Amino acid sequence: MGRIVLDKVTKRFGSVEVIPPLDLTIEDGEFTVFVGPSGCGKSTLLRLIAGLEDLSSGKIEIDGSDVSAVPPAKRGLAMVFQSYALYPHMSVRKNIAFPLRMAKLDQAEIDRRVSNAAQVLNLTDYLDRRPGQLSGGQRQRVAIGRAIVREPSAFLFDEPLSNLDAALRVGMRLEISELHKRLETTMIYVTHDQVEAMTMADKIVVLRAGNIEQVGSPLDLYNQPRNRFVAGFIGSPRMNFLEGAVAAKHGAHAIGFRPEHLGLSLTEGEWKGKVGVAEHLGSDTFLHVHPENGGETITVRVDGEFSARHGDIVYLTPIADKIHRFAADGLRIQ
Amino acid sequence: MSRAVTTRRKTINTVLAWSIGFLIFFPILWTILTSFKTEAQAINDPPLFLFFDWTLENYAVVQERSDYMRFLWNSVIIAGGSTLIGVMIAIPAAWSMAFVPSKRTKDILLWMLSTKMLPAVGVLYPIYLIFIELGLLDTRIGLVVVIMLINLPIIVWMLYTYFKEIPGEILEAARMDGASLREEIIYVLTPMAVPGIASTILLNFILAWNEAFWTLNLTAAQAAPLTAFIASYSSPEGLFYAKLSAASTMAIAPILILGWFSQKQLVRGLTFGAVK
Repeated sequence: MGRIVLDKVTKRFGSVEVIPPLDLTIEDGEFTVFVGPSGCGKSTLLRLIAGLEDLSSGKIEIDGSDVSAVPPAKRGLAMVFQSYALYPHMSVRKNIAFPLRMAKLDQAEIDRRVSNAAQVLNLTDYLDRRPGQLSGGQRQRVAIGRAIVREPSAFLFDEPLSNLDAALRVGMRLEISELHKRLETTMIYVTHDQVEAMTMADKIVVLRAGNIEQVGSPLDLYNQPRNRFVAGFIGSPRMNFLEGAVAAKHGAHAIGFRPEHLGLSLTEGEWKGKVGVAEHLGSDTFLHVHPENGGETITVRVDGEFSARHGDIVYLTPIADKIHRFAADGLRIQ
Repeated sequence: MSRAVTTRRKTINTVLAWSIGFLIFFPILWTILTSFKTEAQAINDPPLFLFFDWTLENYAVVQERSDYMRFLWNSVIIAGGSTLIGVMIAIPAAWSMAFVPSKRTKDILLWMLSTKMLPAVGVLYPIYLIFIELGLLDTRIGLVVVIMLINLPIIVWMLYTYFKEIPGEILEAARMDGASLREEIIYVLTPMAVPGIASTILLNFILAWNEAFWTLNLTAAQAAPLTAFIASYSSPEGLFYAKLSAASTMAIAPILILGWFSQKQLVRGLTFGAVK
């Protein structure tokens, strides 16, 4: 079980309000990702749920019981930290066993659970090493092992992959997703990387300055962003925005269209422009086009290879039903 | 940063360093040498350096006249006891200052240190009266408490700087793993801070061992440690230089040996945090 309810939760550091009153429900078994730019309060929110920070007001419920005043040790949650936070003076075995030792389990049960976790996470050969003798990916696995052995009601991840190199990050992302599918335990995952959010989440919570901008499934956010901030934050490369006369033609303050929702032609189209930078990835090609009328650079994605070079003239046409319209206050016009 | 250093320069620096080292060590060396002379040779003019009749007579006399082992035992109890109790009080104090600082933490640290700026003799009278009142004069327990309190600011400061180096996330991880505050300190913080705690203990043991002001003023016969043992040989009359030296040598020998074996730990402790 692991249904977590935040009810008018706030957090102030001195006179600075980091989290204004915030309501959120995380269903049992859900993989929820908190995403937002740095300083948006996502880590603070996670630490409030963990109990590592005290609430300024409001309350937090786990499975129906109010835990607002319960210390972190008693909330039944497990956390994986960005720095892994392994105990450097203990072997991998002792690190993983630590929460079980604190729970006063008998030795046979501890051994059984530790060897299970080690098997699941491919750590069996490293059980007698110290954290200092492990690679970044292995350390991350130990941190996860330490979290899963105690069978918590929910897992909290605080940017767990940001210290890993790109290749390892993709691998660990899959491992964590697999783990979630198998354990079916609630997971709350904090990241600033929208690709992690899109690929892993059942539910994404987009935060800005402590406020929830939108909650929804990855594709909800992609297809129906509530406002310009979410539209720009979700999706890579980010959405193109145009203001002024072009937007007015669509009856909006601004219009937005994703790089993948543009038609590209060498002969004709709605807007004419000159190619600035062309990024050839093989699987797709990204062109950064400077419009002839001097507006903002438009990014366009083309499937596969497209031979365009700096200075080439191209024509762009947005796909009509994929254009998002935004009002002056940033909200999307339905 | 690397600089080319000429051989000549190196030689000069080496000679200079050894000379200064020798100069600082000389009084101790002289004490040790004197302890092997006869009283007459000890005050010989010009002073005798190495060529005299080496004798162990002073040691025999000193041991005969006073019970060295009793003073040694008192020193061990007073230095060991005050350090142990001090560390037990200082670990939780330093923990709270390093990991849950309040607005006043910096002030408290400075205030604690400021008590060391007061000349000890300034509080001799009140403490003496308190000791009489509580019947603590010339007791080991009394000295353990006073010396522990006197060194406590240094112990807290040292541990505080060590604890500051330990990432808070690791302690938070322990909390998430279900450790109580006591378990967090015993199983996670203390083992990680072992090098720091060891050098803190060492330094404070040495400070307590050499503490003379309070031990001389608050003890007579029962609880007198080695510092009082040395002092009992300093006399305005008669020839006591050689015996005084022998007593001094016996008093500093244990701590000198301890210091020698733990110098690596000690140097690390004293320079910790200076370069990061």
